[in-house]
Amino acid sequence: MSALVTLHSVGLVAGERSILSNINLKLMPGTITSLIGPNGAGKTSLVKIVLGLSKPSEGRVERQQKLRVGYMPQKLALNTYLPLSVERFLRLSDYRKRKLAWAMERAEASHLAQYSMHKLSGGEVQRVLLARALLTDPQLLVLDEPAQGVDISGQLALYERISALRNELNCAVLVVSHDLHWVMAQTDNVICLNQHVCCHGHPQTVSADPAYLKLFGKQGDAALVPYVHDHDHAHTIHGDVVDDESTHKDCQHG
Amino acid sequence: MVDLLVYAVCAGLLLILATGPLGAIVVWQRMAYYGDTLAHSSLLGVAIGVLMNISIEASVIAICALLALILGPLHRWSGGSIDSLLGIASHGSLAAGLVAVSMQSGKIIDLNAILFGDILAVSGRDLALLGSVTLGSSILLLINWNSLVALAAHRDLAQIEGRRVALLEVLQMLLIAVVVAVGMKIVGVLLISALLIIPAASASRWSRSPEQVAVGAIIVGACSVVGGIASAWWLDTPAGPSIVLFATLLFLIALPTGKYRLGS
Repeated sequence: MSALVTLHSVGLVAGERSILSNINLKLMPGTITSLIGPNGAGKTSLVKIVLGLSKPSEGRVERQQKLRVGYMPQKLALNTYLPLSVERFLRLSDYRKRKLAWAMERAEASHLAQYSMHKLSGGEVQRVLLARALLTDPQLLVLDEPAQGVDISGQLALYERISALRNELNCAVLVVSHDLHWVMAQTDNVICLNQHVCCHGHPQTVSADPAYLKLFGKQGDAALVPYVHDHDHAHTIHGDVVDDESTHKDCQHG
Repeated sequence: MVDLLVYAVCAGLLLILATGPLGAIVVWQRMAYYGDTLAHSSLLGVAIGVLMNISIEASVIAICALLALILGPLHRWSGGSIDSLLGIASHGSLAAGLVAVSMQSGKIIDLNAILFGDILAVSGRDLALLGSVTLGSSILLLINWNSLVALAAHRDLAQIEGRRVALLEVLQMLLIAVVVAVGMKIVGVLLISALLIIPAASASRWSRSPEQVAVGAIIVGACSVVGGIASAWWLDTPAGPSIVLFATLLFLIALPTGKYRLGS
Protein backbone atom coordinates (compact mmCIF):
# COMPACT_ATOMS: atom_id res chain seq x y z
CA MET A 1 0.00 0.00 0.00
CA SER A 2 1.38 3.38 -0.89
CA ALA A 3 1.37 6.39 1.39
CA LEU A 4 -1.36 8.99 1.01
CA VAL A 5 0.93 11.86 1.92
CA THR A 6 4.70 11.77 2.26
CA LEU A 7 6.83 14.61 3.56
CA HIS A 8 10.51 14.60 2.57
CA SER A 9 12.77 16.68 4.86
CA VAL A 10 10.24 19.46 5.06
CA GLY A 11 11.20 22.74 6.70
CA LEU A 12 9.31 25.95 7.29
CA VAL A 13 10.83 29.34 7.98
CA ALA A 14 8.76 32.42 8.82
CA GLY A 15 10.80 35.59 8.66
CA GLU A 16 14.00 34.76 10.51
CA ARG A 17 12.44 32.12 12.67
CA SER A 18 12.59 28.47 11.89
CA ILE A 19 9.23 26.86 12.66
CA LEU A 20 9.81 23.36 11.35
CA SER A 21 12.92 21.62 10.22
CA ASN A 22 13.73 18.30 8.60
CA ILE A 23 10.34 16.66 8.96
CA ASN A 24 9.88 13.27 7.35
CA LEU A 25 6.45 11.77 7.54
CA LYS A 26 4.35 9.09 5.87
CA LEU A 27 0.59 8.80 6.26
CA MET A 28 -0.61 5.30 5.42
CA PRO A 29 -4.22 4.29 4.70
CA GLY A 30 -6.12 2.96 7.71
CA THR A 31 -3.68 4.15 10.36
CA ILE A 32 -4.16 6.74 13.06
CA THR A 33 -1.17 9.01 13.42
CA SER A 34 -1.15 11.37 16.36
CA LEU A 35 0.85 14.52 16.60
CA ILE A 36 1.85 15.67 20.05
CA GLY A 37 4.11 18.44 21.24
CA PRO A 38 4.24 21.54 23.42
CA ASN A 39 2.64 24.85 22.44
CA GLY A 40 4.55 26.54 19.65
CA ALA A 41 5.99 23.25 18.47
CA GLY A 42 4.64 23.87 14.97
CA LYS A 43 1.83 21.30 15.08
CA THR A 44 -0.71 23.44 13.23
CA SER A 45 1.95 24.59 10.73
CA LEU A 46 2.76 20.96 9.99
CA VAL A 47 -0.92 20.13 9.60
CA LYS A 48 -1.32 22.97 7.11
CA ILE A 49 1.59 21.67 5.06
CA VAL A 50 0.11 18.16 5.04
CA LEU A 51 -3.21 19.65 3.90
CA GLY A 52 -1.55 21.67 1.17
CA LEU A 53 -2.79 24.95 2.65
CA SER A 54 0.73 26.27 2.99
CA LYS A 55 3.91 25.50 1.15
CA PRO A 56 7.06 24.40 2.95
CA SER A 57 10.15 26.56 2.51
CA GLU A 58 12.32 23.46 2.21
CA GLY A 59 11.75 19.87 1.27
CA ARG A 60 9.06 18.19 -0.75
CA VAL A 61 5.49 17.07 -0.19
CA GLU A 62 4.14 14.14 -2.15
CA ARG A 63 0.39 13.74 -2.18
CA GLN A 64 -1.57 10.95 -3.80
CA GLN A 65 -3.41 12.17 -6.88
CA LYS A 66 -6.93 13.44 -6.21
CA LEU A 67 -6.63 12.68 -2.52
CA ARG A 68 -9.89 13.36 -0.71
CA VAL A 69 -9.17 15.08 2.57
CA GLY A 70 -11.54 15.87 5.42
CA TYR A 71 -10.30 18.61 7.71
CA MET A 72 -11.57 19.58 11.11
CA PRO A 73 -10.00 22.93 12.00
CA GLN A 74 -9.12 23.89 15.52
CA LYS A 75 -11.55 26.78 15.64
CA LEU A 76 -14.40 28.16 13.66
CA ALA A 77 -14.54 31.94 13.87
CA LEU A 78 -17.74 32.69 11.98
CA ASN A 79 -18.50 36.30 11.21
CA THR A 80 -21.53 37.29 13.28
CA TYR A 81 -23.10 38.97 10.25
CA LEU A 82 -23.20 35.63 8.44
CA PRO A 83 -26.26 33.73 9.66
CA LEU A 84 -25.95 30.00 9.05
CA SER A 85 -27.94 27.06 10.29
CA VAL A 86 -26.02 23.83 10.82
CA GLU A 87 -27.63 22.37 7.72
CA ARG A 88 -26.76 25.39 5.58
CA PHE A 89 -23.20 25.32 6.89
CA LEU A 90 -22.86 21.70 5.80
CA ARG A 91 -24.43 22.46 2.43
CA LEU A 92 -21.51 24.79 1.75
CA SER A 93 -19.65 21.55 1.15
CA ASP A 94 -22.27 19.22 -0.31
CA TYR A 95 -25.89 19.68 -1.35
CA ARG A 96 -26.99 16.03 -1.49
CA LYS A 97 -29.63 15.34 1.16
CA ARG A 98 -28.78 11.70 1.83
CA LYS A 99 -25.11 12.50 2.10
CA LEU A 100 -25.84 15.27 4.61
CA ALA A 101 -28.03 12.98 6.67
CA TRP A 102 -25.33 10.30 6.67
CA ALA A 103 -22.57 12.67 7.76
CA MET A 104 -24.68 14.27 10.47
CA GLU A 105 -25.68 10.86 11.78
CA ARG A 106 -22.07 9.66 11.85
CA ALA A 107 -20.97 12.76 13.73
CA GLU A 108 -24.01 12.57 16.02
CA ALA A 109 -25.13 15.99 14.90
CA SER A 110 -28.50 15.10 13.32
CA HIS A 111 -30.53 16.79 16.05
CA LEU A 112 -28.62 20.05 15.49
CA ALA A 113 -29.60 20.47 11.81
CA GLN A 114 -31.85 23.51 12.25
CA TYR A 115 -29.81 25.21 15.00
CA SER A 116 -27.92 28.42 14.32
CA MET A 117 -24.18 27.89 14.05
CA HIS A 118 -23.74 30.88 16.34
CA LYS A 119 -25.59 29.30 19.24
CA LEU A 120 -23.78 25.97 19.48
CA SER A 121 -21.67 24.86 22.42
CA GLY A 122 -18.01 23.93 21.93
CA GLY A 123 -18.82 20.23 21.74
CA GLU A 124 -21.64 20.79 19.27
CA VAL A 125 -19.40 22.87 16.99
CA GLN A 126 -16.89 20.02 16.96
CA ARG A 127 -19.57 17.53 15.92
CA VAL A 128 -20.70 19.80 13.09
CA LEU A 129 -17.11 20.28 11.94
CA LEU A 130 -16.61 16.52 12.00
CA ALA A 131 -19.75 16.09 9.90
CA ARG A 132 -18.42 18.61 7.40
CA ALA A 133 -15.09 16.78 7.24
CA LEU A 134 -16.94 13.51 6.53
CA LEU A 135 -18.80 15.05 3.59
CA THR A 136 -15.68 14.86 1.44
CA ASP A 137 -15.64 11.02 1.73
CA PRO A 138 -12.18 11.39 3.21
CA GLN A 139 -9.31 9.05 2.48
CA LEU A 140 -7.43 11.16 4.99
CA LEU A 141 -9.07 12.78 7.99
CA VAL A 142 -7.08 15.58 9.59
CA LEU A 143 -8.20 16.74 13.02
CA ASP A 144 -6.52 19.70 14.68
CA GLU A 145 -7.11 19.46 18.43
CA PRO A 146 -10.62 18.07 18.03
CA ALA A 147 -11.20 17.90 21.78
CA GLN A 148 -10.70 21.60 22.39
CA GLY A 149 -13.62 23.14 24.27
CA VAL A 150 -15.24 19.77 24.82
CA ASP A 151 -15.94 18.44 28.32
CA ILE A 152 -14.32 15.25 29.59
CA SER A 153 -17.14 12.83 28.79
CA GLY A 154 -17.56 14.47 25.41
CA GLN A 155 -13.86 14.05 24.72
CA LEU A 156 -14.06 10.34 25.43
CA ALA A 157 -17.01 9.96 23.09
CA LEU A 158 -15.25 12.02 20.42
CA TYR A 159 -12.13 9.90 20.51
CA GLU A 160 -14.19 6.70 20.39
CA ARG A 161 -16.00 8.11 17.37
CA ILE A 162 -12.69 8.82 15.63
CA SER A 163 -11.48 5.27 16.16
CA ALA A 164 -14.81 3.90 14.95
CA LEU A 165 -14.76 6.11 11.86
CA ARG A 166 -11.29 4.92 10.96
CA ASN A 167 -12.55 1.34 11.04
CA GLU A 168 -15.69 2.15 9.11
CA LEU A 169 -14.18 4.34 6.38
CA ASN A 170 -10.75 2.73 6.43
CA CYS A 171 -9.27 6.19 6.12
CA ALA A 172 -6.00 7.48 7.47
CA VAL A 173 -6.30 9.83 10.42
CA LEU A 174 -3.87 12.55 11.45
CA VAL A 175 -4.84 14.01 14.76
CA VAL A 176 -3.27 16.73 16.87
CA SER A 177 -4.01 15.87 20.45
CA HIS A 178 -3.14 16.78 23.99
CA ASP A 179 -4.79 13.70 25.42
CA LEU A 180 -1.76 11.48 25.96
CA HIS A 181 -3.77 8.60 27.39
CA TRP A 182 -5.83 8.27 24.26
CA VAL A 183 -2.82 8.84 22.04
CA MET A 184 -0.95 6.03 23.72
CA ALA A 185 -3.89 3.64 23.90
CA GLN A 186 -5.62 4.09 20.56
CA THR A 187 -3.28 5.44 17.93
CA ASP A 188 -0.96 3.45 15.73
CA ASN A 189 1.81 5.93 15.32
CA VAL A 190 2.89 8.85 17.46
CA ILE A 191 4.94 11.80 16.33
CA CYS A 192 6.40 13.92 19.05
CA LEU A 193 7.08 17.32 17.55
CA ASN A 194 9.07 20.23 18.81
CA GLN A 195 10.00 22.08 15.63
CA HIS A 196 11.54 18.86 14.47
CA VAL A 197 10.52 15.26 15.05
CA CYS A 198 11.88 14.49 18.54
CA CYS A 199 10.81 10.91 18.39
CA HIS A 200 8.23 8.87 16.58
CA GLY A 201 6.91 5.38 16.27
CA HIS A 202 4.61 3.03 18.11
CA PRO A 203 3.06 4.61 21.23
CA GLN A 204 4.93 2.26 23.57
CA THR A 205 8.23 3.11 22.00
CA VAL A 206 7.58 6.82 22.11
CA SER A 207 6.30 6.92 25.66
CA ALA A 208 9.62 5.55 26.89
CA ASP A 209 11.74 7.76 24.71
CA PRO A 210 13.92 10.16 26.68
CA ALA A 211 12.92 13.02 24.37
CA TYR A 212 9.27 12.33 25.05
CA LEU A 213 9.83 12.08 28.78
CA LYS A 214 11.71 15.32 28.73
CA LEU A 215 8.82 17.14 27.03
CA PHE A 216 5.90 15.57 28.83
CA GLY A 217 7.35 13.97 31.96
CA LYS A 218 6.16 10.65 33.23
CA GLN A 219 2.39 10.57 32.96
CA GLY A 220 2.15 8.12 35.82
CA ASP A 221 1.56 5.23 33.53
CA ALA A 222 3.27 2.36 35.28
CA ALA A 223 2.13 -0.12 32.68
CA LEU A 224 4.64 1.17 30.18
CA VAL A 225 7.79 -0.82 30.00
CA PRO A 226 10.98 1.23 30.15
CA TYR A 227 12.63 1.19 26.80
CA VAL A 228 16.03 2.45 25.87
CA HIS A 229 16.21 4.41 22.69
CA ASP A 230 19.28 5.77 21.09
CA HIS A 231 18.47 9.43 20.78
CA ASP A 232 20.69 11.19 18.32
CA HIS A 233 20.70 14.72 19.63
CA ALA A 234 20.15 16.84 22.70
CA HIS A 235 17.99 19.88 23.36
CA THR A 236 18.61 23.20 25.01
CA ILE A 237 16.00 24.33 27.50
CA HIS A 238 14.28 26.19 24.67
CA GLY A 239 13.80 23.00 22.75
CA ASP A 240 16.36 23.88 20.11
CA VAL A 241 18.34 20.99 18.80
CA VAL A 242 21.96 20.97 19.78
CA ASP A 243 23.37 18.72 17.19
CA ASP A 244 26.78 17.87 16.15
CA GLU A 245 26.80 16.97 12.51
CA SER A 246 28.22 13.49 12.94
CA THR A 247 25.27 12.13 14.91
CA HIS A 248 22.74 13.02 12.27
CA LYS A 249 24.04 10.80 9.55
CA ASP A 250 21.94 7.82 10.56
CA CYS A 251 18.90 9.81 11.50
CA GLN A 252 15.81 8.09 10.18
CA HIS A 253 12.79 10.11 11.00
CA GLY A 254 9.71 9.21 9.09
CA MET B 1 -39.32 66.51 -15.03
CA VAL B 2 -40.95 63.18 -14.29
CA ASP B 3 -38.47 61.55 -16.67
CA LEU B 4 -35.74 62.77 -14.40
CA LEU B 5 -37.37 61.13 -11.41
CA VAL B 6 -37.99 57.84 -13.21
CA TYR B 7 -34.36 57.73 -14.36
CA ALA B 8 -33.14 58.46 -10.85
CA VAL B 9 -35.27 55.76 -9.23
CA CYS B 10 -34.30 53.23 -11.91
CA ALA B 11 -30.63 54.02 -11.46
CA GLY B 12 -30.87 53.70 -7.68
CA LEU B 13 -32.72 50.39 -7.87
CA LEU B 14 -30.34 48.94 -10.45
CA LEU B 15 -27.39 49.95 -8.31
CA ILE B 16 -28.87 48.41 -5.18
CA LEU B 17 -29.59 45.18 -7.06
CA ALA B 18 -25.83 44.88 -7.48
CA THR B 19 -24.62 46.32 -4.16
CA GLY B 20 -27.09 44.35 -2.00
CA PRO B 21 -25.75 40.80 -2.47
CA LEU B 22 -22.21 42.03 -3.10
CA GLY B 23 -22.42 44.08 0.10
CA ALA B 24 -23.33 40.94 2.03
CA ILE B 25 -20.03 39.43 0.89
CA VAL B 26 -18.16 42.64 1.76
CA VAL B 27 -19.60 42.52 5.29
CA TRP B 28 -18.89 38.80 5.76
CA GLN B 29 -15.34 39.16 4.47
CA ARG B 30 -14.72 42.26 6.61
CA MET B 31 -13.86 44.22 3.47
CA ALA B 32 -15.68 47.44 4.39
CA TYR B 33 -12.54 49.53 4.40
CA TYR B 34 -11.49 47.92 1.17
CA GLY B 35 -14.62 49.23 -0.59
CA ASP B 36 -13.84 52.69 0.74
CA THR B 37 -10.31 52.54 -0.65
CA LEU B 38 -11.54 51.59 -4.12
CA ALA B 39 -14.17 54.33 -4.01
CA HIS B 40 -11.61 56.97 -3.11
CA SER B 41 -9.34 55.84 -5.90
CA SER B 42 -12.13 56.34 -8.42
CA LEU B 43 -11.69 60.11 -8.06
CA LEU B 44 -8.21 59.62 -9.46
CA GLY B 45 -9.85 57.63 -12.25
CA VAL B 46 -12.08 60.58 -13.11
CA ALA B 47 -9.11 62.97 -13.24
CA ILE B 48 -7.08 60.61 -15.42
CA GLY B 49 -10.03 60.10 -17.74
CA VAL B 50 -10.46 63.84 -18.23
CA LEU B 51 -6.74 64.46 -18.53
CA MET B 52 -6.24 61.79 -21.19
CA ASN B 53 -9.53 62.64 -22.86
CA ILE B 54 -10.87 59.08 -22.69
CA SER B 55 -14.18 57.78 -21.38
CA ILE B 56 -14.43 58.62 -17.69
CA GLU B 57 -16.32 55.39 -16.91
CA ALA B 58 -13.59 53.32 -18.55
CA SER B 59 -10.77 55.06 -16.73
CA VAL B 60 -12.56 54.82 -13.36
CA ILE B 61 -13.21 51.09 -13.82
CA ALA B 62 -9.62 50.58 -14.94
CA ILE B 63 -8.13 52.42 -11.94
CA CYS B 64 -10.40 50.63 -9.45
CA ALA B 65 -9.70 47.23 -10.97
CA LEU B 66 -5.97 47.89 -11.07
CA LEU B 67 -5.91 48.91 -7.43
CA ALA B 68 -8.05 45.88 -6.52
CA LEU B 69 -5.56 43.58 -8.18
CA ILE B 70 -2.36 45.10 -6.75
CA LEU B 71 -3.57 45.52 -3.14
CA GLY B 72 -3.39 41.78 -2.38
CA PRO B 73 0.15 41.19 -3.67
CA LEU B 74 1.26 44.53 -2.18
CA HIS B 75 -0.04 43.44 1.21
CA ARG B 76 1.81 40.11 1.05
CA TRP B 77 4.99 41.81 -0.14
CA SER B 78 5.01 44.64 2.42
CA GLY B 79 4.10 42.32 5.28
CA GLY B 80 2.46 45.13 7.27
CA SER B 81 -1.11 45.19 8.52
CA ILE B 82 -3.80 45.43 5.89
CA ASP B 83 -5.74 48.28 7.50
CA SER B 84 -2.76 50.64 7.45
CA LEU B 85 -2.05 49.75 3.84
CA LEU B 86 -5.69 50.36 2.90
CA GLY B 87 -5.64 53.66 4.79
CA ILE B 88 -2.58 54.77 2.88
CA ALA B 89 -3.98 53.67 -0.48
CA SER B 90 -7.35 55.19 0.31
CA HIS B 91 -6.18 58.64 1.35
CA GLY B 92 -3.23 58.68 -1.02
CA SER B 93 -5.46 58.08 -4.02
CA LEU B 94 -8.08 60.53 -2.78
CA ALA B 95 -5.41 63.23 -2.39
CA ALA B 96 -3.90 62.41 -5.79
CA GLY B 97 -7.36 62.62 -7.30
CA LEU B 98 -8.07 66.01 -5.72
CA VAL B 99 -4.75 67.39 -6.90
CA ALA B 100 -5.24 66.00 -10.40
CA VAL B 101 -8.77 67.43 -10.60
CA SER B 102 -7.52 70.89 -9.56
CA MET B 103 -4.93 70.84 -12.33
CA GLN B 104 -7.52 70.50 -15.11
CA SER B 105 -7.59 74.22 -15.85
CA GLY B 106 -9.50 74.27 -19.14
CA LYS B 107 -12.09 71.63 -18.36
CA ILE B 108 -14.54 72.05 -15.56
CA ILE B 109 -15.05 69.09 -13.27
CA ASP B 110 -17.91 69.30 -10.83
CA LEU B 111 -16.10 68.08 -7.73
CA ASN B 112 -19.29 68.18 -5.70
CA ALA B 113 -21.00 65.76 -8.07
CA ILE B 114 -18.07 63.36 -7.90
CA LEU B 115 -17.80 63.40 -4.13
CA PHE B 116 -21.50 63.24 -3.34
CA GLY B 117 -23.04 61.93 -6.55
CA ASP B 118 -25.76 63.35 -8.74
CA ILE B 119 -28.49 60.79 -9.18
CA LEU B 120 -30.83 63.38 -10.70
CA ALA B 121 -28.37 63.92 -13.57
CA VAL B 122 -28.38 60.27 -14.65
CA SER B 123 -28.66 59.85 -18.41
CA GLY B 124 -30.02 57.03 -20.51
CA ARG B 125 -26.48 56.05 -21.33
CA ASP B 126 -25.60 55.86 -17.64
CA LEU B 127 -28.61 53.62 -17.08
CA ALA B 128 -27.50 51.27 -19.84
CA LEU B 129 -24.01 50.97 -18.35
CA LEU B 130 -25.39 50.48 -14.85
CA GLY B 131 -27.86 47.89 -16.13
CA SER B 132 -25.20 45.83 -17.86
CA VAL B 133 -22.86 45.96 -14.86
CA THR B 134 -25.69 44.89 -12.56
CA LEU B 135 -26.68 42.08 -14.90
CA GLY B 136 -23.11 40.81 -15.22
CA SER B 137 -22.45 41.06 -11.50
CA SER B 138 -25.70 39.27 -10.64
CA ILE B 139 -24.98 36.41 -13.02
CA LEU B 140 -21.46 35.93 -11.68
CA LEU B 141 -22.72 36.08 -8.09
CA LEU B 142 -25.49 33.57 -8.76
CA ILE B 143 -23.14 31.09 -10.41
CA ASN B 144 -20.54 31.34 -7.65
CA TRP B 145 -22.83 32.03 -4.70
CA ASN B 146 -22.29 28.84 -2.70
CA SER B 147 -18.54 29.03 -3.28
CA LEU B 148 -18.39 32.65 -2.18
CA VAL B 149 -20.37 31.94 0.99
CA ALA B 150 -18.14 28.94 1.70
CA LEU B 151 -15.09 31.15 1.25
CA ALA B 152 -16.51 33.76 3.63
CA ALA B 153 -17.39 31.13 6.23
CA HIS B 154 -14.03 29.34 6.30
CA ARG B 155 -11.31 29.82 3.71
CA ASP B 156 -9.27 26.72 4.61
CA LEU B 157 -12.27 24.40 4.49
CA ALA B 158 -13.36 25.84 1.15
CA GLN B 159 -9.89 25.30 -0.27
CA ILE B 160 -9.65 21.71 0.97
CA GLU B 161 -13.05 20.95 -0.50
CA GLY B 162 -11.63 21.88 -3.87
CA ARG B 163 -12.86 25.42 -4.35
CA ARG B 164 -10.53 27.72 -6.22
CA VAL B 165 -10.24 30.26 -3.44
CA ALA B 166 -7.61 32.50 -5.04
CA LEU B 167 -9.74 32.87 -8.16
CA LEU B 168 -12.85 33.55 -6.09
CA GLU B 169 -11.02 36.24 -4.16
CA VAL B 170 -10.00 37.98 -7.38
CA LEU B 171 -13.57 37.68 -8.63
CA GLN B 172 -15.09 39.32 -5.56
CA MET B 173 -12.49 42.10 -5.58
CA LEU B 174 -13.07 42.88 -9.25
CA LEU B 175 -16.84 42.85 -8.80
CA ILE B 176 -16.54 45.33 -5.94
CA ALA B 177 -14.23 47.50 -8.05
CA VAL B 178 -16.59 47.61 -11.03
CA VAL B 179 -19.73 48.19 -8.98
CA VAL B 180 -18.03 50.94 -6.98
CA ALA B 181 -16.86 52.55 -10.21
CA VAL B 182 -20.33 52.75 -11.75
CA GLY B 183 -22.10 53.51 -8.47
CA MET B 184 -19.85 56.49 -7.83
CA LYS B 185 -21.91 58.53 -10.27
CA ILE B 186 -25.04 58.01 -8.20
CA VAL B 187 -24.11 58.43 -4.55
CA GLY B 188 -20.58 59.76 -4.96
CA VAL B 189 -17.08 58.71 -4.11
CA LEU B 190 -17.48 59.34 -0.39
CA LEU B 191 -20.70 57.41 0.11
CA ILE B 192 -20.74 54.51 -2.37
CA SER B 193 -19.28 51.98 0.04
CA ALA B 194 -22.11 52.83 2.46
CA LEU B 195 -24.52 51.23 -0.03
CA LEU B 196 -22.46 48.05 0.15
CA ILE B 197 -22.22 47.84 3.90
CA ILE B 198 -25.30 49.35 5.51
CA PRO B 199 -28.14 47.45 3.74
CA ALA B 200 -26.34 44.12 4.17
CA ALA B 201 -25.56 44.79 7.82
CA SER B 202 -29.21 45.71 8.48
CA ALA B 203 -30.54 42.69 6.62
CA SER B 204 -28.25 40.29 8.47
CA ARG B 205 -30.02 41.16 11.70
CA TRP B 206 -33.33 39.93 10.31
CA SER B 207 -31.99 36.92 8.48
CA ARG B 208 -31.53 33.24 9.17
CA SER B 209 -29.58 32.35 6.04
CA PRO B 210 -27.00 33.96 3.74
CA GLU B 211 -29.61 34.11 0.97
CA GLN B 212 -31.96 36.08 3.18
CA VAL B 213 -29.18 38.58 3.86
CA ALA B 214 -28.63 39.08 0.12
CA VAL B 215 -32.31 39.52 -0.72
CA GLY B 216 -32.94 41.55 2.43
CA ALA B 217 -30.08 43.89 1.54
CA ILE B 218 -31.75 44.56 -1.82
CA ILE B 219 -35.06 45.31 -0.09
CA VAL B 220 -33.50 47.57 2.56
CA GLY B 221 -31.47 49.30 -0.16
CA ALA B 222 -34.51 49.77 -2.39
CA CYS B 223 -36.45 51.39 0.46
CA SER B 224 -33.50 53.71 1.10
CA VAL B 225 -33.29 54.67 -2.58
CA VAL B 226 -36.98 55.48 -2.81
CA GLY B 227 -36.94 57.32 0.51
CA GLY B 228 -33.82 59.27 -0.35
CA ILE B 229 -35.05 60.36 -3.78
CA ALA B 230 -38.45 61.30 -2.37
CA SER B 231 -36.74 63.42 0.23
CA ALA B 232 -34.56 65.02 -2.44
CA TRP B 233 -37.62 65.74 -4.57
CA TRP B 234 -39.90 67.22 -1.95
CA LEU B 235 -37.54 68.49 0.72
CA ASP B 236 -34.75 69.48 -1.66
CA THR B 237 -32.10 67.53 0.28
CA PRO B 238 -29.03 66.21 -1.59
CA ALA B 239 -30.07 62.82 -3.06
CA GLY B 240 -26.95 60.71 -2.45
CA PRO B 241 -26.55 61.58 1.23
CA SER B 242 -30.33 61.24 1.73
CA ILE B 243 -30.25 57.66 0.42
CA VAL B 244 -27.41 56.78 2.76
CA LEU B 245 -29.18 58.52 5.64
CA PHE B 246 -32.30 56.44 5.03
CA ALA B 247 -30.21 53.26 4.98
CA THR B 248 -28.63 54.28 8.27
CA LEU B 249 -32.04 54.91 9.84
CA LEU B 250 -33.16 51.43 8.74
CA PHE B 251 -30.02 49.99 10.32
CA LEU B 252 -30.80 51.77 13.57
CA ILE B 253 -34.27 50.22 13.49
CA ALA B 254 -32.78 46.79 12.72
CA LEU B 255 -30.27 47.06 15.54
CA PRO B 256 -32.63 46.45 18.47
CA THR B 257 -35.47 44.70 16.61
CA GLY B 258 -33.42 42.09 14.75
CA LYS B 259 -34.61 38.77 16.13
CA TYR B 260 -31.44 36.90 15.39
CA ARG B 261 -29.14 39.17 17.27
CA LEU B 262 -25.99 37.19 16.96
CA GLY B 263 -23.34 36.98 19.55
CA SER B 264 -25.92 37.58 22.28
